[in-house]
Parts: sequence; C-alpha cells; structure tokens
Amino acid sequence: MSDSKPDVAASAPVVRPSPLSPHLQVWRWHITMAASILTRATGVALYAGLLIVAWGVLALASGADAYAAFLAIMGSILGRFVLFGITFSIFYHLAAGIRHLVWDFGKGFEPKTANMSAFFCIGFGLAAAVVVWLLAVMTGGA
Amino acid sequence: MVSTAKQHRTDMARARGLGAAHHGVNHFIIERATSVALVPLCLWAVWAALKIAPSGYDGAVQLLASPINAVLAILLVLVSARHMSVGMRVIIEDYIDAKTTRIALLLLNTGVAGLAAAIAVFSILKVALPGLAGH
Repeated sequence: MSDSKPDVAASAPVVRPSPLSPHLQVWRWHITMAASILTRATGVALYAGLLIVAWGVLALASGADAYAAFLAIMGSILGRFVLFGITFSIFYHLAAGIRHLVWDFGKGFEPKTANMSAFFCIGFGLAAAVVVWLLAVMTGGA
Repeated sequence: MVSTAKQHRTDMARARGLGAAHHGVNHFIIERATSVALVPLCLWAVWAALKIAPSGYDGAVQLLASPINAVLAILLVLVSARHMSVGMRVIIEDYIDAKTTRIALLLLNTGVAGLAAAIAVFSILKVALPGLAGH
C-alpha cells in the first residue's frame, strides 16, 4: 500500500446508482427474454401462492367452517383464475429452474439451445397446467 | 494514508466473497440448493392439491393425518419460504435503489416469508396432531 493510493472506500459516494441495462422498450422481444421475465414473474406469483397455502392450512386448522369459506373463495371464478395461474407458474418455474441449474454447469448457452429450452419451458408450463386441470375436472376437484 | 485497524486488510481481502449486494454467494447457493429440493416437493404439492380438491374438509384433514404427507407439507413450506424470500430479495436489490426503501422492503420480505412459514407449519401440526390441540 503506497501513501499516494487514494482510499477508495472513503472517497466513494455512499450510494452509487445501480448500473442499468437498456430499458425494456428498446429491446426487440425474443423468446429467451420472455422466458427470463416470465421466470421472475412466476416466482412472484408463487410467492403469493405460498401465502394462499398458508391461508388454506390456517383455515383448515381453524375448523370446518373456516375451511369451507376458504374453498368457496378459491372455487369462485376469480379464485380459479388465480389457481390456474399458480398451476402454470409452478410448472413453468420448475422447468425454468432446471434450465438455470443446467446453465450453472455451463451448458446450454448456445443461442439455438437457449431458444429451444425457453420454448420448451413455456410449452411445458402450459401443457402441464392444462393436464392438471383436466385431471381436476375428471376427479371432481375443479 | 489513514491508518485505522481495518486498513491492514488488503483490498482483495475486504472484497473477497462479497458482490454488489454485500453478502457474498450465500444467497446464490441457498437459491440453488432449495430449488433442487423443490422439484420433488412441488410435484408432491400438485398431487396433494388434486387429491384434496374434491374431498372437502375431511379429505384435507385425512391427508395431513398421514405422517409422510404432514412432513412433506412442512418441508414444502419451509423450503419454499426460504427460496422465495431469497428470490424476492434479489428482485428488491435489483429494482429498489433508495437505501431506506430497500431496507424496509427487505425486512418486510423476511417478515412476510417467516410469518407465512410459521403460520403454515403450526397449522399443519395442529391438523396432523389433533390429540395435542385440546378438545
């Protein structure tokens, strides 16, 4: 350490602006970008999903009446819409998470592979959500 | 040169292990490790939801009366809460630059995830162990 070296930690401003990537609107939409945004969006949806689960088991622990009220809200049109969104989010986020784990091993970054895996994740999320809801209809749970 | 005690550490020693968020790779690893555990747990959760959806109160109580299901439900809640609080932390750190708002939201995030997990685990145990919950 020489005396002439400035003390970076002391001279730096307390709050530096975060580096920004170009705004969403200047990008041409492509599927890997949509997949990235969707991963984060479904993560936020699943955050709400766990709060719904916590609410549901709390209602279950509170007794039959409280649980029936919970089922009535979740069985409404809006409730089903939310639950379908959460079903899609589970399967999309699951596939996207596996895609990220593969990336963590340094594989799958070639543009062609990344495009295909993004397409697969979105397709898998939609298909699995539809299959689960068909099963729910068939078993009387929808 | 200002000679305070911490100046004896080199710049590299102070920077090592810490990124832009100032807490190193710990959260990165937790996010990955929990994600691996959540693969089977989420598939179980979908199966459990399908199973209890048509069967009302009794069906849901019956499902959690099974020790395996109760344990998996608790694991699902705990691992999800950890995964989602770390994930939301990254989102807050990415988008919220104002220090006070950022700290407030990070505390809120930790609190909401912790509260939801505590409520859910207690409720699952109460349903799974009716003998302990009084009459």
